[in-house]
Parts: sequence; C-alpha cells; structure tokens
Amino acid sequence: MMDSLDLNTIWYLLISVLFGGYAILDGFDFGVGALHLFVKKDEERRVLLNSIGPVWDGNEVWLVTGGGALFAAFPEVYATAFSAFYIPLMLLLFCLIFRAVSIEFRSKQPMLWWRKMWDVAFSGASVLASLLIGIALGNIVWGLPLDVHHEFTGDFLSMLNPYSLLLGVTTLALFMMHGSIYLILKTENALQEQIREWVNNTIIFFIICYATVTMATLLYVPHMTQTIRHTPSLFLVALLSMLAIANIPREIHRKSEFMAFLSSSGAIIALMALFGIGMFPNLISSTPMDSYSLTIWNAASSQKTLSIMLLIALIGMPLVLSYTISVYWIFRGKVKIDHSSY
Amino acid sequence: MDLVTLSRWQFAFTISFHYLYPPLSIGLGLILVVMEGLYLKTKNKLYETMAKFWVKIFGLIFAIGVATGIVLEFEFGTNWSTFSRYIGDIFGSALAAEGIFAFFLESGFLSLLLFGWNRVSPRTHFIATIMVALGAHFSAVWIIVANSWMQTPAGYHIVSSGIGTRVEIVDFWAMVFNPSTIDRLTHTLIAAWQTGAWFVLSVSAYYLLRNRHIEFAKASMKIAFVVTLLASLGQLITGDSSAREVSQYQPAKLAAFEGHYITSSDVPLYLFGWVNDHDQRVQFGVAIPGLLSYLVHGTTTGIITGLNDIPKENRPNVNLVFQTYHAMVAIGFTLIGLALIGVWFLWRGSIEKKRWLLWILVFSVVAPHLGNILGWASAEIGRQPWLIYGLLKTSQGVSPIVTAGQVGFSLILFAVVYLMLFAAFIFLLNSKIQHGPVDDDVVAEGKRA
Repeated sequence: MMDSLDLNTIWYLLISVLFGGYAILDGFDFGVGALHLFVKKDEERRVLLNSIGPVWDGNEVWLVTGGGALFAAFPEVYATAFSAFYIPLMLLLFCLIFRAVSIEFRSKQPMLWWRKMWDVAFSGASVLASLLIGIALGNIVWGLPLDVHHEFTGDFLSMLNPYSLLLGVTTLALFMMHGSIYLILKTENALQEQIREWVNNTIIFFIICYATVTMATLLYVPHMTQTIRHTPSLFLVALLSMLAIANIPREIHRKSEFMAFLSSSGAIIALMALFGIGMFPNLISSTPMDSYSLTIWNAASSQKTLSIMLLIALIGMPLVLSYTISVYWIFRGKVKIDHSSY
Repeated sequence: MDLVTLSRWQFAFTISFHYLYPPLSIGLGLILVVMEGLYLKTKNKLYETMAKFWVKIFGLIFAIGVATGIVLEFEFGTNWSTFSRYIGDIFGSALAAEGIFAFFLESGFLSLLLFGWNRVSPRTHFIATIMVALGAHFSAVWIIVANSWMQTPAGYHIVSSGIGTRVEIVDFWAMVFNPSTIDRLTHTLIAAWQTGAWFVLSVSAYYLLRNRHIEFAKASMKIAFVVTLLASLGQLITGDSSAREVSQYQPAKLAAFEGHYITSSDVPLYLFGWVNDHDQRVQFGVAIPGLLSYLVHGTTTGIITGLNDIPKENRPNVNLVFQTYHAMVAIGFTLIGLALIGVWFLWRGSIEKKRWLLWILVFSVVAPHLGNILGWASAEIGRQPWLIYGLLKTSQGVSPIVTAGQVGFSLILFAVVYLMLFAAFIFLLNSKIQHGPVDDDVVAEGKRA
C-alpha cells in the first residue's frame, strides 16, 4: 500500500487517528444522547447526562483538533469539503451547540417544561449529529463531483443519496450500541437492567445496518475494496472488524461489559481503518474525473509545515493522552449525583 | 446583499457573540486561581465559598464559549474556502496547535474544576484550576498568533503551483512572533483580565446593594479591584505600544484611527469627532495638538503618514474605524477612573454606603465587553479591504461555491439561536446570582429552588 512512510502518509494516519478518536469518544456521547428520551424518570435522565458530564467537552476537542489538523496538513481538503458540505456542516454545528448547552442548562431549573425542552434538544441534536456525520462520510466514500479547481459542483440534495443515507443510519446505530454499552458501565440497579435490554436491540440494529452497508459497498462502491484486492494481507483488517463486532454480543452475554466496550471501540477503529485503506491515497475522490481527486500529495501543505506540525503532534499527543486517561480514571465507576452534577 | 457582505456579517456576528465568553473564561480563570490560592494559603473557608461560587458561573460561561467557538473553526472552511486554500500552510498550524496545547488542557482539567471537589485533594483541585486558566490563556496565544499574521504577515514566501497561488511557511518563529503578535496578545489578555474582574465587581456590588453575602462580596471585590487596577495600568502600556506598532506596519489603519489625511508632522490626537471622508477632515472634534506625533515618535515633529498617500481602493471605512477605536479608548479610560474611585472607597472602608457607585459598578459589566468588541472591530475593519494585509483582499477570500442564499439562511439561524441562547444564559446567570454562594443549587424536578 505504501512504499515509504513519508510525511504526507504520516499526516493521513494522524488525521485518521484524530477522527477515529473522536468517533470512539464522542460516539458514545451521541449514543447516550440518542437513548436519553427512552429513559423517563428525571433522576435517571440526570444519571445519563452525568455519565458523559465530565468527559463530553474533552471528547469534542478531538473534532476541533482533527479539523485544525486537516486545515494545517491538507488545506485543499479542508477548503473543498467544508464549503461543499455547507448546509450539513451548519446543521452539525447547530447540533453541537444545542448538545453542549442542553447538558449545561437542563438541570439548572426545576420547571418541567424547561427540562423537557432541553431533554428534547439534547436527544434530537445527538441523533441528527450522528446522521449528519454518517451522511458526510457516505459522500466522501461515494466520491464528490469536483472540477479542475477542486471546487464542488453538486448540491445539497445530491448528498442525500441512498448510500449516504444508509451510512447515516449505520453511524447512528453504531453510536447507539456504543453508547448503551458505555451506559451499562456507568449505571446500576433498575436503570442498568433496563439498559441491558436495550443493548441487545442496539446490537441487532447495528449488525443489520453493518451487513447492508458492507453489501452495498461491495456492489456499488468497488473502488473502496481495490487496495485490499491488491494487497490481500489487508483483508486481516476486514476480518478484525468482523471479529470485534461478533465479540460484542458474546461479552454482553458474559456480563463483561468493559470488554464489550473495548470490542465496540475496536470495531470503530477497524471500520475507520477500512475506510482509510479504501480511500488511500485519496482524501476526496472526484466522481467525474479521477485526476481531479484530492490526494495526500496534491492537497497537502508544504513539507516544512508538515514536519513542524509533526513535531507539535509529537510533543502534544502524549500530553493529550495523559489528560484523557487521567480524567477517565478519576471519574471511573458508577455515576453518583451530587450538588455539582448536571 | 451579496455573498461577500453576508459572509462578513456572519463571521462578524458569530465571532462577536462568541467573544463575549472567552475573555470571561480567561479573566475569571485568573481570579479563580487567586481565590483558590488564597484558600490553600490561609485555610479561610470564605475563599473556598468564593471559589466554589465563581466556578459554577465559570462552568456556565465556559459551556457557551465552547459551543459557539467551534463554529468559527468551521467557518474558515465553509465560508472562506479561498482564504483557507491560500493561508492553510500557515494558519492551520496555529489552529491545530491551539487544539492540542490549549483545548485539551482546558477541557481535561475543567472536569476536575467543576466536578472534582470531592474526588481530588484541594491541592490537586488548585492545580486543575491553574491548568484551566493556563489553557484559556494558551488558546488566546494561538488565535492571536493566527490573527496577527493576517495583520502583519512574516516568515513566509508566496508559491504558485498547479491550480493556484498560496503562502508557505519559511520561518516558523518569525510567523509566530510576527511584528504585531506580542502587542496584540498582551493587549487582548489584559483586556480579558479586566473583563473577568468587572464581572466579579458587578455581581459583588449587586450583593452589597441588596445587603446580602456582605463578607463574600467585599472579599471578591477586593481581589477584582486589585486585578483590574493592575490590568488597567498594563493596558495603558500595551495600548500605547500597539498604536506605535500599527503606525509602523499598518499606516492606513493608524491614519484611519485618527482620521488623518495629509502626511505631516504635529498630528493631533482626537478625543472624539466625526470624520467627513468627502471633505477629508474631522468635524465636531476635540483634539490635543501634536499628541499623536508625540506618542508615535516621541516628538511633535514626528511625521505621520496620511490616508492620501494610500490608494483610495486600499483604505478602510475611515469614520467607522475612527469611531470604534475612539469608543474603545474612551471605555478604557472610564474603567481606569472607575477603578480608582472604587479602590479609594474600598480602602476607606465605606464602599457599601456609596450606593450610587455600587449601581454604576453593577452596570459597568457591559463596558469591558463593549470595549473588547469595539477594539476588535477597529483592528479588523482597519485592516480592510485586506483580509491578509497586503496579500489577499477580503472580497477574494470567500467560498465561490456557496450561495448568498445559503449564507443568508445560516446567518438568520445563527441570529435566532444565539439570541435564544443569550436569553437562556442571562436567565440562568441571574438565577445563580440570586441563589448566591450556597450549595445544592440543582434541585429535583418540580421543586422550587
């Protein structure tokens, strides 16, 4: 797949790591949000909010940093994709705004209408954000109509094609499964029992979506499998993704939810890797003319910037990982509501 | 309205609204460090109560800051894609560094700040507070580096290849420490400290007026007055130094600040006035003769470039720059005066009897915010018509494939949503202030607080 590990390839990997980290971390936040309205009691809704309370903000930073890194390393991709996805990204921004303030605002007033309003905003924003992320991903996989200047020539409605919508629903299903497993880890007693029942449904929902997407990709988007066809050893990644997914119901059945959570995180990594392998070396494939595609070479910043950024990443990422791990360690265990909770 | 105008309005609106919050996080962050430090040193419970109360307010402010901040990072790509293609090699690294070095630090330790009171020791909590405050300051560093580069580009070369032209980095440190970075960074950070301090002063003055939480309010006030007084002195220095830097690197902007058209010596400094661009003079103004020349060159014979030496198409909207700039300066001096009066009465021990002063303090919370936005506006409008000074015009920077209709649609949505957020923010802030510095402010559904 790659002859030598040049800076452009390293940045392709690093950006995949940032967006992959975002999918794993904010993925369960969105999943919790999507399940929020299914929980009816006020006390239990607060448990759900506080399960992600100390971490959602840090999780969102993976997106912010991923966006910044994309801007720095592949400005052409950042400019083309962000202006092409104008409407969906604006909607995603409003979702992220509502998600953030709903968590902060909801429990600060006792009125029923107030809490209901922010509950709906929180859950709706989480569902819509998951769908939008999937739809954007679907369009990237499918390819975008680009002209010679790397400008998008399609429109918003063309983005709502069946394949992208399917990927939207799959992303939602994945996040709901991931979020419900996370919730078992953070809850106890009756609420936990209830969520245990939901986990099985979310797993079934996801596996149906996953199978459908896999078939659709093999049939309609054959360019995504080209690299694996040429380098059969990479088929191991596809195998790993299947094994990770298959392991989730097994661990749930054995009541080792932490292993289930690791499996579902592993599944996200493997799916992300399949996406990355399928796209490489393109970042955006142009549908009319492959020569107009944005690759890790024609869309990149200068070698100097890539090497400076690599130094910044090498200094920064160990720090980032240490904060992230510390926060998760300090706030490990079941949610306890106290006076500083949301 | 056309695409460029709408895109500018959207960016101006979303950044102005966002910028209500970060200066508060930076300033309040610093004040929280002082409060928790004093608590660790003296073990006085009052300082702990103070820290806990202001942390809750901090959490509310921070949430809206985060929610509205991510919008801006996206808008460079969604609305200004040509600018992004042109500048990505330089601008992107500053944004990515902000994410890695500032946001992760801030958000990681924020959880300890908000929820860690019973989970970690007071010392660890204090460290978390320092880290959050540092994160907020680092974030300002990188964003000011990026913005200052747009004002005074340095450490780059222009490269033409394939489909277009762009700037590429030659010297990273020259890019970071471009000619205006230090002046603008210190000026912005100090303004943020003032914003945090006046926020604390306003709430404390309100408590004194209502005769509630007297000890708490006076102790908070003391810290805030010290912060703002020191900050004000610093602001005089950085303001003066900024203006000198602008005169050297952005002469058109300095000339617009003072409505100065004909290159000459003995240039006056206006206290206020109205620029008549057609007749090229300042009307209804009061000016101190020779002061601008003196401030820039140290002598009244110093020569200042006038707008007539700059091609008409490269000049900003002179009166708008003049007014926003002078309003900022007026606000700055008013705040210095108010701080001096306040400290005097606080020192005399009679501040709680000066109800007129307390009322002024309550409402003066608006002033630093206005100063921040007006100052920012004068810096950005003063750079026009350039988006990157001398390199790329604002009209050339927009996304060519986005339509005016789409931007109009998103602008209206932003207006509606932000207005609603602001109303909810004020409502919650008010109920927190009314509730005061006591625990258990989250109550079960249906029960009154």
